[in-house]
Amino acid sequence: MHSGDITIDNITKIEGNAKLKVTVENDAVSSLQFIISDYRRFYTTAVQGKPIMAVPSFLSRICGTCSVSHLFASIMAIENSQGIEISEQSKILRRLAYDGLMIRDHALHLYFFVLPDVLGVDSILDIPDDDNDPGHILLHDSFDIKKLGTDISNAIIGAPIHAPLPTVGGFLKNPDPTKFPELIERLEKIRPQVIRGIKTFAEWNVTMLRNSNYLGLHNDKQFDFLYGDMYNSNGKLIPANEFKNYLKYVQIPYSHAEGYEFSDTQKDYLVGSLARVNLNKDQIHPRTKADIQNYINMFPSNNVFHNNLAQAIEILHCVDEAIDILKTIQIADERPIRKPPVAGLGVGLIEAPRGTLYHMAKVNDKGLIEEYDVIVPTAQNQIQIENDLKDYFNKNLNKDEQALHNEAENIIRAYDPCMSCATNFLKIDWIRK
Amino acid sequence: MDEKKKLVVGWFSFTCCEDSTILFTELLNDHLDEWKKLVEFRHVKALKTKNRLEDLDVAFVEGAISSDSQAEEVKKIRDNSKYVVAIGSCACTGLPSASRNQFVSEQINDRIKWYMSQFDYSDKVRKLEEVIKVDDKVQGCPMNATSFMLALDKYLKLFNIIPNQ
Repeated sequence: MHSGDITIDNITKIEGNAKLKVTVENDAVSSLQFIISDYRRFYTTAVQGKPIMAVPSFLSRICGTCSVSHLFASIMAIENSQGIEISEQSKILRRLAYDGLMIRDHALHLYFFVLPDVLGVDSILDIPDDDNDPGHILLHDSFDIKKLGTDISNAIIGAPIHAPLPTVGGFLKNPDPTKFPELIERLEKIRPQVIRGIKTFAEWNVTMLRNSNYLGLHNDKQFDFLYGDMYNSNGKLIPANEFKNYLKYVQIPYSHAEGYEFSDTQKDYLVGSLARVNLNKDQIHPRTKADIQNYINMFPSNNVFHNNLAQAIEILHCVDEAIDILKTIQIADERPIRKPPVAGLGVGLIEAPRGTLYHMAKVNDKGLIEEYDVIVPTAQNQIQIENDLKDYFNKNLNKDEQALHNEAENIIRAYDPCMSCATNFLKIDWIRK
Repeated sequence: MDEKKKLVVGWFSFTCCEDSTILFTELLNDHLDEWKKLVEFRHVKALKTKNRLEDLDVAFVEGAISSDSQAEEVKKIRDNSKYVVAIGSCACTGLPSASRNQFVSEQINDRIKWYMSQFDYSDKVRKLEEVIKVDDKVQGCPMNATSFMLALDKYLKLFNIIPNQ
């Protein structure tokens, strides 16, 4: 046990800036603050008065890693405000582009941030240059997986980051189908590598149990990141347009990001891969299920670390869905659907890699934004992360400082928080009295 | 036997969406094995825990500067680096992170006022060269990958890590 004030810097390998401040009094945690320390950019204010056509690409700049999520949620909010119904082809191409995003984004988190914890090394930079080393094999798997996700994005939406082709009403350019056979071949080839990753994260023997209220998008037809209503652990189904009414905004005086509670329960809740797989595991792609049913059977799970496994499973689901789409889609020469602007309000509610993402656009009859709102996954998870860390520290104060430090980081990484606008490190200010 | 001299680099992010960091991690797909032989990544918080801010040959800095505390931090990076390269649009131009510099008073609502008063936000968001000396810029949102590769190549040659030809 320690006494006095302890500050630990340089907890890393998360997206953005965060800080953890722990105060221990009489061998118990008297306060714990999970602080998102990124400076806000007030983009929802910056888009006021801007023409709706310009807004999605601007708001894609909220986040570098899940820019496609912000782009799509914004486009969908604006389309809904304008009563624009896109074509079936556009819907399918968005699903395909989203598969590319999930493959790349989850692989970045799992292999670049979490894998060093699994292997017991500081960084991917410390993995031996040995073709027979298991870590080396997994790391090189990740290069292939990430590149494939990126190349799907390149083929369908023009780029993996701040993609130029998706627009209100559809796509500015139709994809070139002659590129599809090569993508299908690579997707087939990557499956054993993805399954090797699933096995690795399933066999990583770390546990933190938490009986969470899980929220995620659900529709009756398929495992879906883009279309559906909100579903929670109690079986409550909330129409997408009403989702925000169920959230209680919580201002956190020490954090640059707000938090949310679910108003039905007045409690914290969790969004993200673990929530999605817990709620919708029966809808995972049949081919994925056939190959990894034993790992899917580990869900529903209350182990926070299984968020990593759920992401790995989602990668394979997206690989299999992408193969299906690429094999069956017939690309027609379409143009974006456009209409004269009308006054209206629309919501785009989708699943970003890290969980449910809400965009709301209120538009005037000149096609200018009057009001805009965004609720990101990490803000929704923030209160649960803090509560879980408090519980963890209270139960483990007998451990030495380095163990507490490492395990707290592992827990935070498992949630895959994205302070994207935020720090590159988490700093723990540890105060013992 | 002395290990071959490597280019000692740091990678830092301030106010931005970290798109260039993500692009950098994408470049590692193809270049990590090669760069590990030429580059010592001494301070890359996105990739490692054991970071050291000392004696950097080149610091790559992404993002705009939103506060006095960020300004102090980036000055410390400058003091510990022989060269500083601004990475991406927010570092090179301030935008889009500096959008709030153009807000008119009616746009500054109670929620914005609360954040501005609660934390140490500067009145204006600044591009990097308004705070420290910048030696090179890699423009783009995210950074242009080819320009970044050229900049890295330039410093690998400058420090005689690879032949200058």
